[in-house]
Amino acid sequence: MELALEILPQVLLDGIVLGFMYALIALGYTMVYGVLEFINFAHSEIFVLGAFVGVEVLLLLQSAGYLAILHPLIILLLVIVASMVISGFAAMALERVAYRPLLGGPRLVALISAIGASFFLQDGLRLFESLWRNTFYLNYPSLEFLDQTVPLAANLVIPVKSILVIVTALMTLAGLYVFVNRTKLGMAIRAVAQDPDTASLMGVPVNQVIALTFFVGGALGGLAGVLFGIHYSLVNPYTGFIPGMKAFTAAVLGGIGNIPGAMVGGMMLGLLEAFAASYLSLMTDGAFGAEYKDVVAFLVLILILIFRTKGLLGEKVRESKA
Amino acid sequence: MLKVSGIHVYYGAIHALKGISFAVEQGELVTLLGANGAGKTTTLKTLSGLLRPERGSVELEGNGLHKVDAHEIVHRGVAHVPEGRKVFPRFTVLENLKIGGYARDNSALAPELDFVFQLFPRLKERQKQYAGTLSGGEQQMLAIGRGLMAKPKLLLLDEPSMGLAPKFVEQILENIRAINKAGVTVLLVEQNAAMALAISHRGYVLETGQVILAGTASELAGNDLVRQAYLGG
Repeated sequence: MELALEILPQVLLDGIVLGFMYALIALGYTMVYGVLEFINFAHSEIFVLGAFVGVEVLLLLQSAGYLAILHPLIILLLVIVASMVISGFAAMALERVAYRPLLGGPRLVALISAIGASFFLQDGLRLFESLWRNTFYLNYPSLEFLDQTVPLAANLVIPVKSILVIVTALMTLAGLYVFVNRTKLGMAIRAVAQDPDTASLMGVPVNQVIALTFFVGGALGGLAGVLFGIHYSLVNPYTGFIPGMKAFTAAVLGGIGNIPGAMVGGMMLGLLEAFAASYLSLMTDGAFGAEYKDVVAFLVLILILIFRTKGLLGEKVRESKA
Repeated sequence: MLKVSGIHVYYGAIHALKGISFAVEQGELVTLLGANGAGKTTTLKTLSGLLRPERGSVELEGNGLHKVDAHEIVHRGVAHVPEGRKVFPRFTVLENLKIGGYARDNSALAPELDFVFQLFPRLKERQKQYAGTLSGGEQQMLAIGRGLMAKPKLLLLDEPSMGLAPKFVEQILENIRAINKAGVTVLLVEQNAAMALAISHRGYVLETGQVILAGTASELAGNDLVRQAYLGG
């Protein structure tokens, strides 16, 4: 019991960091679902692309000798902006090439296209890195100031990396909230999510708004990718599958299509996972270890979804789409 | 002002409009009458760009509209209040009105907002309420108000009285007359032919995708065919 209490702050911290990452990725799934009612299964690769852009920018800065010279905050800003912009544009291109031509047909067709795009992006990244660096397992170069820790209490040491994740995610989520709820473009996105035809009658350019939604979702995924890379260091083209699946689950848990829902769902899943990872073996006297964390997390999710089929903050999904 | 010339529209293999022509002059209130499936809604959807005609042309003040995208047509001065109201249920009343003016500068919306609130005081009272929680009549007011926010030269109204209680029907039609008096040209589609003709200047009767009759409102109200088919004897 004492041990359980002692590790609690650390467990909470781990859960929060993980939760923010899931939330950032989940937003991409949920926003695209909002406007198109379809799951962009290639979103996990947009996330990985962000991680790869991040590591490439850092490696390029390193080989040019800038890593030691530039102010750490400038380095971070460069890496983050590059990842977000490239992931955002990649998601937009994906919509244009792989989805838009198919959206007149059944949603299942676009879904298959998304799965195809996912493979294409994975192996495209693999091919590129294999040719360019002779390996597709890349390590984030360590940045000295990120490897430091802030001792907050005897039982809580906060790595600067975790602070980076939390601060960046909070700022981004606040920015997204303002964008979606307080700006004209955000209003256009929300209108298209409710009724695209009527939105077009109001003068909303629906196709452009859908492209914008992909850009924003992609950029958030790219940010999650670079934060993931900085936090866990090693990335490969297939890294996205598990975080992508979990973020998708988080989006469903929060109520697919619902933006605050994705944040709540992501945070909840992150915390569940961290708690299961740390407490399972304590509670079962070692019979079940941390490797069962996903089982516990998903068990709770299934239970929640049985009782709340629309997710925690879910609303009634549009009955039909003209 | 609006000139529709021989438009043909298809839904897949279905030939929904078979060469419809009609015109609406500046300041007029014109009604399209016809049974279900005659092509009234299809006509309005074609005017607002939701459907494209295979042949024929739509001109507003001499400029072709039939190849313009729906979201651009609002900028040209045509607002469409669709059948079934289609208010955004998860927007508040005020947000619905604001998005009605999406094609215009936010800072320019105040006069229209005043006009709408003056026309429909109930919307002013409920401006913070979600549109999905309004009654049918209130939603219709909101849909019309939202259309007015675009400051249209031409307002297209599709079945504004559908599904409303009789006292609301009368009020809505009175509102439409007031909107027209305020200078907005109106093209109205109505099932309720008697009431529609009572407020209109002119009308056209559609049947299976064609215009079969045209005239002033009083001519149509006195026409035997119209009386039998749409005015209940």
